[in-house]
Amino acid sequence: MTVITDCVKTFNSKPVRQADVPVVRFDDFRDALASTLASRDGELLALFGVPRGPQTVRVYGVTLEGMTGAIGLMATDVGERYPALTRDVSQAHWFEREIAEQWGVVPENHPWLKPIRFHRSYSSGRDAWNRVVGGAILPCVMPEGTDYFKIRGDEIHEVAVGPVHAGVIEPGHFRFQCHGEHVFTLEIEFGYQHRGIERRLIGGPDKRTLPLMETLAGDTSIGHATAYCQLIEGLGRVVAPLRAQAIRAAALELERLANHTGDLGALAGDVGYLPTLSYCGRIRGDFLNATALVCGNRFGRGLVRPGGVGFDIDEPMAAELRGRVEAAHRDVTGAANLLWSTSSVMARFEGTGTVPLATIRALGVTGTAGRASGHDRDARRDTPSGYHRYAQIPVSTWHTGDVFARAYVRHLEIQRSCEYLIENAPQLPAGDVRRDIGPLMVDAIGVSLIEGWRGPVCHVAMTGAEGTFSHYKVVDPSFRNWIGLAMALRDQPISDFPLCNKSFNLSYCGHDL
Amino acid sequence: MLSVIRERWRQGHRTIAYPAGDLPVLPDRYRGLPCVDGAKCPSECRACADVCPTDALRFDAGVRIDMGRCLFCTDCTSACPEGAIAFTREFRTAARTRDALVTDGAAFPLARAVDAKSRRLFGRSLQLRQVSAGGCNACEADINVLATPVFDLGRFGIKVVASPRHADGIIVTGPVTANMRLALEKTYAAIPDPKCVIAVGACAISGGPFAGHDEQHGGCEGILPVDLHIPGCPPHPLTILDGILRWLGRIESSGAPTIDRDSNHSCGTLSTDTHAISTPYRP
Ligand code: SF4
Ligand code: SF4
Repeated sequence: MTVITDCVKTFNSKPVRQADVPVVRFDDFRDALASTLASRDGELLALFGVPRGPQTVRVYGVTLEGMTGAIGLMATDVGERYPALTRDVSQAHWFEREIAEQWGVVPENHPWLKPIRFHRSYSSGRDAWNRVVGGAILPCVMPEGTDYFKIRGDEIHEVAVGPVHAGVIEPGHFRFQCHGEHVFTLEIEFGYQHRGIERRLIGGPDKRTLPLMETLAGDTSIGHATAYCQLIEGLGRVVAPLRAQAIRAAALELERLANHTGDLGALAGDVGYLPTLSYCGRIRGDFLNATALVCGNRFGRGLVRPGGVGFDIDEPMAAELRGRVEAAHRDVTGAANLLWSTSSVMARFEGTGTVPLATIRALGVTGTAGRASGHDRDARRDTPSGYHRYAQIPVSTWHTGDVFARAYVRHLEIQRSCEYLIENAPQLPAGDVRRDIGPLMVDAIGVSLIEGWRGPVCHVAMTGAEGTFSHYKVVDPSFRNWIGLAMALRDQPISDFPLCNKSFNLSYCGHDL
Repeated sequence: MLSVIRERWRQGHRTIAYPAGDLPVLPDRYRGLPCVDGAKCPSECRACADVCPTDALRFDAGVRIDMGRCLFCTDCTSACPEGAIAFTREFRTAARTRDALVTDGAAFPLARAVDAKSRRLFGRSLQLRQVSAGGCNACEADINVLATPVFDLGRFGIKVVASPRHADGIIVTGPVTANMRLALEKTYAAIPDPKCVIAVGACAISGGPFAGHDEQHGGCEGILPVDLHIPGCPPHPLTILDGILRWLGRIESSGAPTIDRDSNHSCGTLSTDTHAISTPYRP
C-alpha cells in the first residue's frame, strides 16, 4: 500500500532529470497511481506514452497531490498490450484512449476503447484497432469492432449533431440516445480540429513554438503561452523578472474576465434573456480591448514571451487599465445580477445539468466546472507559480454542480479577478521585463501548471541530449472536462443541451491539438 | 422590472459609428498594415526571414510581407538591425486577391467592391454560414463579436445563419484540417448558387501557424474559390467589418491608405481617406 514513494516529487515548473523518474513494474505503477489518487485527494494531470524502441512504449504518469501541491512523476514500460489502467484509475479513461491512438498500444479491457482524434498511429505498422496501414481514417467513423454507445428499444431514437453546428463555433460530433425529449446518454467525439501540434513541437523550441502555444486553444493564448514559458524558463534555469511575472498574472486575469463575461452572456442568451446577453457581449470586448491596450492584440498574442513579456506597462497605462477594469467591473456585475434576480432565468439554471462531486473526482473533471461542484482546487493557490506566489486570489466554489453553479462560480471569479487587477495593476514591481534564457537542461522532464480560465493548463516537456524537446505533452482542461458535459446531460431533456454546453464552454481545438 | 430598466439605462448606447464619422482609433500597440522600407536593407540581409515563424517575408521585389501568412508577431521588427519594418495602426487590410496581400505597405489598395451583379445580389442582404475548419477559436470569436451591439452587423443587412441552405456564402476560419475538409466542402456545396467565400485569418488564407503540417491543407486555396481575404491572427473585428463592407460596395474608398515616409521612421502616420458610407445600391 505504501508504494506511493515510488514516484519522484517535483513542483510546478521545476524540472528533474529523466533518470530520476522511477521506471517501475506495471503492477506497481498501477497501484501507486490508484493509491495517490485515492488517498491523497490526487488528480491525474497527465498520462502519456513515449516510444522506446520498436516494441516498447514508456508510459509516464503525472499526478498532483491535492494536499501538498507536489507533482509526482513515474513511469512504466509496456509492450503491444497491457491491462487497462482505467479499471482501477478511472481518471485515466481518456488518456488511455489517446495513448492507444498515438502509439498503437492496446489497453486491454478498457471499458470504451475508441480513437479520440482520428489520425494515424505514430508507431509505424501498429494500430490499436488493426486498421489497414495507409488506409483512409475518416473523422468520427468508428473503426471495426467499436461503435457509438447505443440503447435499443422500440421508442429509442438517436440524435446526431455536428461537426458543423448552427452557430459560429468549432466542430465536434455529438450523439444522443433519447426517449422522446429525455436523454439517456450523450457521447462526444472529436478530431476535426486536429492540427498535429504536439508532433510539430518535438525538436523545438524554435521560431514556430510560441505561435503554436498561443493558438493551440486561441481563447487561452495567455494561459498556454505562460505555461510554456515558465516551463522553458525552468529548463533554462532562468527566472523571469518579477515585473514580467506580475504582467503575466494580470493578463491571465484579463483573459479569465473576457471569457467568463462572454460565457455569462451566452448562458443568458440560451435562456432567452437578452439584456445580459447584449451587455456581456460588449463588456467581454472591453476586457479584450484592455488586453489589446497592453500588447496590441485582443487575445494577448505576443505578450507572454520566453524569459518575460514582450510589452511593459508604464504608469499612465496602468492607471488607464485600472480605470477600464473598474468600469467593466461595475457593468459586468450589474449585468450578472440581473440573472440572479430574474426568476425565469433562475428556473432554467437551477437543477439543470447537475454533476455530483463524486463524478467530478472519479473522472478527473477540473477547473471552473469542478469548482462549481464543490471541488476546491485552483492551481493559482495549490501549485502557485510566477506572481501567484506573492499575490493570492481567493478560490471561488459553489456546491450545487448545476448550470447555475457553473454560472455563479464564473460570477464570483469575475469579482475576484477584477479586485485583483484594481489592486495590483497600479503597483507593479520595479525592474525590467525580459531576460535571456540559456541552453535548456538536457535529459530533463518538467511539468508546468497554470490556472487558465477553464481550469488547469498542464504542459510536460522532455528534453534530449541536445537540450531540445524530445517530447511535449499539452493537456488543456477541456481534455479532461468534456466527459463532464456528457455526464451533465444524463437524464436531462435534450433541449437543455445548448445551455449545459455553454455552462462548460470547452475547447475543441484545445482537445484536438 | 424596474431594476432591468435601470440597468438598461446605466449600460447606455454602445454601437460604434463606423463606417460613419472619423476612423476608429485602435490602441497604440495594435499591429495593422506593415510598413517595410526596403531601401534601408543591406543586400543579403535576411535577419527578419530568419526569425519569421511563417516565412512571410518576400525578397522578390524589394522587401515585402505576405499578410496572408503573417501572424503580426513583430519578431521581424525586433530582429531587423536597420529598423526597416514597422506595423502601422491601419486596420483596413482586407484584399480581394491573394497577391494583393503581399505588400510593403506603400501602395496597399483597399479592397475593391464586387461587380455590379454581385452587388445587386448581396449588397443589401448577405447571409453567411460560418465554418471553422481547424480555427483556434480566436478568429471565430472575433467574427462572433460582430453580432454584439458594438458592431451590430445586422444594421448592414449582414447575418450569420444556421443553415448553408439559407446562406449566400461561407466564412471560413482555420487551416482546413484533413478531418474537416469533407465537411467544409459539403457545407459549401449545400449553399445555393451564386455564392461567395470569405477567408478570415492567416489560417484560412495560408495555414497560418499550422502551415506545412500534414494534418491540414494550408487554408482554402485550391479547395474553395476565395472572394475576399481578411488577414490577421486573428483580424481585428473592424478589419473584418471593413473588409466585408468595402467588398459589398457599402464603403466607397478613395484609393489606398498612404504612408508618409518623409521622416526617419514614420510608418505610424497614415492619412485617413474619406470613406463615407455610400447609399445602398439600387438596381
Ligand atoms: S510579424 Fe509577420 S512577417 Fe514579421 S516575423 Fe511575425 S509573422 Fe513573420
Ligand atoms: S488565423 Fe490565428 S487567430 Fe485565426 S484561427 Fe488561425 S491561429 Fe487562430
